[in-house]
Amino acid sequence: MIGRGRATRIMLVVWAVLIMLFLFVPIAIIILYAFNPSNVQSWSLDGLSTKWFSSTWHNAEMRQALWLSVRAGLFSTAIAMALGSMAAFAVHRFRFFGREAVSFLLVLPIALPGIITGMALNSFISFNGVNFSLITIVIGHATFCIVTVYNNVLARLRRTQSSLVEASMDLGADGWQTFRFVTWPMIATALVAGGLLAFALSFDEIVVTTFTAGTQSTLPIWIFGNIRLGQQLPQVNVVVLFVILLSVIPVTLAQRLTRDTGVLRAGTPVAPAAPAATQAGAAA
Amino acid sequence: MDAHSAHRAPPDDAASAASTAPAVRLLDVRKTYGDVVAVERLSVEVLAGEFFTMLGPSGSGKTTTLRVIAGFELPDSGRIELHGADVTRTAPYERSVNTVFQDYALFPHMSVRENVAYGLRVQGVPKAQRKRRADEALEMVRLPGVGDRKPIALSGGQRQRVALARALVNRPRVLLLDEPLGALDLKLREEMQLELKAIQRELSENITFIYVTHDQDEALTMSDRIAVFSDGRIEQVGTPGEVYERPANAFVAGFVGTSNIVHRGGREVMIRPEKIRVLAADEHDAGAVEGTVREVAYLGSVTRYTVALDGGDTLVVIRQNLDTSAEQAAQERGRRLRLAWREEDAAHLEEKPTDGGVADGA
Repeated sequence: MIGRGRATRIMLVVWAVLIMLFLFVPIAIIILYAFNPSNVQSWSLDGLSTKWFSSTWHNAEMRQALWLSVRAGLFSTAIAMALGSMAAFAVHRFRFFGREAVSFLLVLPIALPGIITGMALNSFISFNGVNFSLITIVIGHATFCIVTVYNNVLARLRRTQSSLVEASMDLGADGWQTFRFVTWPMIATALVAGGLLAFALSFDEIVVTTFTAGTQSTLPIWIFGNIRLGQQLPQVNVVVLFVILLSVIPVTLAQRLTRDTGVLRAGTPVAPAAPAATQAGAAA
Repeated sequence: MDAHSAHRAPPDDAASAASTAPAVRLLDVRKTYGDVVAVERLSVEVLAGEFFTMLGPSGSGKTTTLRVIAGFELPDSGRIELHGADVTRTAPYERSVNTVFQDYALFPHMSVRENVAYGLRVQGVPKAQRKRRADEALEMVRLPGVGDRKPIALSGGQRQRVALARALVNRPRVLLLDEPLGALDLKLREEMQLELKAIQRELSENITFIYVTHDQDEALTMSDRIAVFSDGRIEQVGTPGEVYERPANAFVAGFVGTSNIVHRGGREVMIRPEKIRVLAADEHDAGAVEGTVREVAYLGSVTRYTVALDGGDTLVVIRQNLDTSAEQAAQERGRRLRLAWREEDAAHLEEKPTDGGVADGA
């Protein structure tokens, strides 16, 4: 075992703290600047103010961008949950020709540089003479949102004892009852977690969106544009503050949902009132 | 819902036939997975109310046979009858058969009571009655008062009992048990063996137990009859006494208990270690053989001697430590012994070209 020595342990702690600072200091600065009374971003601040909050809220362009992002996120998440979970079931349950290929192709978009997905979609959409709109954004986002749902649900299915379905059938439940009482409660939390991650992915996506949004702005594109122009930096800071808060919630929830699967395993003591189990019980 | 409420009881017109028909009849059942033959043209009858054990090493086809009876596997060919009715192509949920799984397969998101009541719930039994019957079943397996807990909060032995209660609550006519005690430690296992046997005896008018195990002691302890499996076939079916004392061939002799094979006049003779007597110096026996003690293992209540016979065979002899201490037993190593047994205790094995020879079943 490494890290046994006292010195090693201290070094590890210092190293971890440095990494944390590197990751989160810039974010903290943005949050701080959201309360900056001045229009100019310079150190140090002349006091704190919330005056940019109301001006941001009344910014019509920002509101439009936010609304577009929310709709794009919701629709692409819905598509991802439907297609991703169906694909996971198919790959898990059946052995068919090209199964590995399907699995690979589903995961590929997340590994593919966004610029390639974006370019490809852009030429495909233009080639077919389709107008850029909410639908084209949703299609673009769905390509990589499906992966998170697919991976989450598939991982859960693989960790679930296959004998549970057999036990249900054995006890007299038909296919539908087995799905409703056994399979669904087992995968529900994984599906929701996958959906939350999909929403978070969609909500801050910029590269693919740039190629599929046409003239519209989603929130990330609005932020990007304003930072480049430097006109409304204080408002950008306010928006970013809220986006951070909004992204932390789904990611935290997703983590909680997948942490405990409620899967019975020999020798893994888990608290009886685990969140996943309660959740699953409510779903049933 | 009709199918669910109806399938637990046999149809009326079949009732008279069912009383005489065997609980389970397999006819020429064959099951392959790709190129691997799991079960080869297997035929067997399990009588109503008996404790029937399918015993064999892993990969011998016993679990596949159980899964074919439960309906999880469709045989390639052959026929399965439950109480005289052909169920070869009937779905698992339409067979009056319940299974206790090796890994228990308890639903982790349900309480113990919900697990036990599951079969009743999917049949549409009213809630109050469900609760009462589930609690009764839990009492029967001596596990009252845990209904509200989650399976994960139970010990392995307790989960095993819940799995049993869940299978019994449906009042199946045939209960299948797939190595249900395999994950328990020895003491608990022995306790559960006796308990399972007691539950079966209590219910035997209405229920047939089919038990799968690779543990010969377990099979001998509980069974009314044992089928010994090897390579997808049944080598012998018989009572524990028949299988142990009159094994049909070398495989059965070796798998059920420790078998000693001696060659006499070109024939193979099998004799169990505990049936062999060590002759005193002045004793005479026409069939006695001589040899040298090679190994001595003191096992507490008995001592096991490995004796190399002058004829080339090796015999294992087990003696009770009636008036032998551990020190005395150890001193036997290297001694010359004369051994004898009663002719009726020796089994003449069927001439069969199996790969079995002298084998230790444990």
